[in-house]
Amino acid sequence: MARNPVTWLGSPTFPKAAHKALADTQLRQNLRKATGTIRARRAAAVIEMNDWEQLRVAGEQIKDDVLARLDTLLVQLEESVTARGGVVHWARDAAEANQIVLDLCREENANEVVKVKSMATAEIGLNEALEAGGVHAIETDLAELIVQLGDDRPSHILVPAIHRNRSEIREIFQRRMGVEVSDEPADLAEAARVYLRQKFLTTKVAVSGANFAVADTGSIVVLESEGNGRMCLTLPETLITVMGIEKLVPTWQDLEVFLQLLPRSSTAERMNPYTSVWTGVTPGDGPQKFHLVLIDNGRTATLEDSIGRQALRCIRCSACLNVCPVYERTGGQSYGSVYPGPIGAILTPQLVGDMHDPQAASLPYASSLCGACFEVCPVRIDIPSVLTHLRAEVVEAKGRTAESIAMAAAAWMFREASRYEKAQKAGALARFLARDGRITSLPWPGSKWTSSRDVPAPSAESFRSWWRKNRG
Amino acid sequence: MRVKVALFATCLTDTFFPSTARAVVRLLERLGCSVEFPLDQTCCGQMHFNTGYRDHTKPLARKYTDVFKGYDFVVAPSGSCAGMVREIHPTLGESPPRTFELAEFLVDVLGVTDVGAWFPHRVTYHPTCHSLRMLGVGDKPMALLRAVKGLDLVELPDSTQCCGFGGTFAIKNAETSTAMLADKMRCVLDTGAEVLSAGDNSCLMHIGGGLSRLRAGVRPVHLAEILASTEEDPWRATP
Repeated sequence: MARNPVTWLGSPTFPKAAHKALADTQLRQNLRKATGTIRARRAAAVIEMNDWEQLRVAGEQIKDDVLARLDTLLVQLEESVTARGGVVHWARDAAEANQIVLDLCREENANEVVKVKSMATAEIGLNEALEAGGVHAIETDLAELIVQLGDDRPSHILVPAIHRNRSEIREIFQRRMGVEVSDEPADLAEAARVYLRQKFLTTKVAVSGANFAVADTGSIVVLESEGNGRMCLTLPETLITVMGIEKLVPTWQDLEVFLQLLPRSSTAERMNPYTSVWTGVTPGDGPQKFHLVLIDNGRTATLEDSIGRQALRCIRCSACLNVCPVYERTGGQSYGSVYPGPIGAILTPQLVGDMHDPQAASLPYASSLCGACFEVCPVRIDIPSVLTHLRAEVVEAKGRTAESIAMAAAAWMFREASRYEKAQKAGALARFLARDGRITSLPWPGSKWTSSRDVPAPSAESFRSWWRKNRG
Repeated sequence: MRVKVALFATCLTDTFFPSTARAVVRLLERLGCSVEFPLDQTCCGQMHFNTGYRDHTKPLARKYTDVFKGYDFVVAPSGSCAGMVREIHPTLGESPPRTFELAEFLVDVLGVTDVGAWFPHRVTYHPTCHSLRMLGVGDKPMALLRAVKGLDLVELPDSTQCCGFGGTFAIKNAETSTAMLADKMRCVLDTGAEVLSAGDNSCLMHIGGGLSRLRAGVRPVHLAEILASTEEDPWRATP
C-alpha cells in the first residue's frame, strides 16, 4: 500500500522538529500572540451560552451515533446525492481519491481549479497530485493562499498561516503577486481579493471539502468566514467535493447542534459569516455538475479501535490547538502533518496506522496530558485518554527497549513495599551527589531533566521511616 | 466521632518530600482526624500508565485497592495521583476506595476552609492540571489559602497553563517542557511572591527545579505545609 500523505514525507520525530521550532523566536512570538487572542475570544463566546455543556454532549452523541451507523448512513447519503443529480465516488485511500479528482478535471479539460479551504484535500495531498497531473490548484482561503504562495506548509487547522505575521505576509504577497502593498491587514486582504477575483470568474472547476453532509437529504454544508468559499461553490460549472466518510450527520435537525458548536469553538463567533448548503444540482443555479468523493484513508481502521475512534468525532474547529501549551510553543509544523496539535497527535497516528513509523509513534507523546484540549473540545473527545491509549500501542510496537526494561524493573520494585523501601534507601545515597540540597547534573536519561532543572536531593529519611520510628 | 483517614503519601512525596506527608498528618490530626499510614503502599502506577505501560500498571492499581480497602477515606497530597486512582484505576477493572486530594478532602468532606493556619509570607498558587481538570478541585485551594492568617496571596498570571512537567514528557520532550517551564517561571517571578505553592509535589519539583537552577529566590512549598503551619509550630524550611 502507498504511504499515507497525511504525514509529510521526511518529517523528523516530534522532539527533533520541536527543537528547531523552539529556537525560532519569531514563530514563538507570533503563536503566543495569536493563540492567546483566540483563546480569550473563544472563552468569551462560550461562556455566554447557558447550555454549552449540553450542546457538547449532544455533539458527542450525534457523532457517536453516526459512527455506529456509518455503513447505512453512507449508503443513504449516496442515494440522496444521486437522486438530486450528483455523482458519488468512493476512494479507499489518498491515491484513489487524487486519481478520481484528476480524472474529473481532465474530463472537463481543466488545467486550473479554484479551491475552498479543505482539510480532506490537504490530508490526501491533492494539490501536489493535481500539479503532477498538469492541473494547477489555486487556494482561495486567505491563510491557505499565504501558505501556498509562500511555498510553505500549514501549521493550524483553521488558520494555516497562523505562524506568519503581517510583515511576513506582505513580503510573500509582494514577491508572488508582484504588487506593492502595506502590512495593514485591510490592504493585504484587498491584494488577495484582487488577485483571486479573476480566478473565480474564469475558472471552470472548483474543489471543496465539507464540514457536514446531511444523509437524509444529500445536502453538503460548508462554513467559512471570507466569502471565497461561496464564490467557489456558486460560480464554476463543475464542483468536486472531497469529504472524509465521518463528516455525516443523519438529519437537518442534527446540524443545529454543530452550527452552534463549530463557530464559537473555532473562530469564537456566534455565527460564521458564510454558511453554504447545496443539494445535488439545481438546474440554472450554481454548478451544473456535482461530484462527491468520499474518502476512507485510514478511517475504517480507526473505527475499529473502541477508544481511538472518538477522534473521528472531530469537526476540525481547532479549539484544542489554541489552548494547547505544547502547540503554542512548537507550532503546527512540528507535528509533521496537516493535522497538528492535540487532535493531530491522536488522529494522525491512527490514520497512518503504523506505530512502527517513528514520526507517527512520536506524536502521542507530544503532550503533557494537561487536559486543556478535552476541556474545550466541542464534541468531547477525551484526547488525554486516547493519547495514553495510543502510547500503549507504541510501547507494544517498539517491543524491548532500554525504557521498557527500566519500566519493567520499576514496576517489579513497586509491586512489593519491601523492594520499594530498599530502592528508596539505595536511592537516598544520591543525596551525596547533591550540593546545597540540589543535584544539578545527572547521567542520561536524567540529563534530559537536569539540562534545565535541578533535582532535589532525596531525603535522608523517607516519610515511611519517619512514620515507623514515630508512629509505627 | 473522629474521621478515620488513610494517608496515601505517594512515592514521590514519601521519598523526596517527607515534610509534606508529615504536614498532612499534623494538619489532619489538628482537625480531629485519626490518620493511618498503611506501610504496604507504594505507587499508584501513574508513570507507567501515562508512558504507555498499561500492563505494568494493573498490578499496582490492584495493590492500591488491596492496601486501602476498608478505609472510609484515603487522602493524598497530590491531585495527580488522586486523579490517577479515581479516574484511571476504574478503567483497569479496579473499584478503588474513596480517594481525595487534600484540598477537596478539607473543603468537601471536613467542611472547613479556615484550618487555623498561620503563614506570614507572600504566596502565589499554581493550580495543577490534574487537580483542575481531572478532579475539578476548582478554587478550593485558594479558599483555604485566603483563610490563612498572615498570608499575602497574589494571583498567578496564566495560572491554568501547564508548567510543562507531564511525567516522562519532561524527559521525552525536554526542550518543549523547558519552554513551558520558562513561561511558568516568568509568571511566578512577575508576582513577586517568595513562596510558590501547589497541591502537587511533582509540579513543584519541576517549577522549583527551574527556579533553583536560576537561583531565583522563590521557594516551592506544598499546600499541606502552609496549612499545617501555625503560630505555635510555624513552617520551617526542612532539608
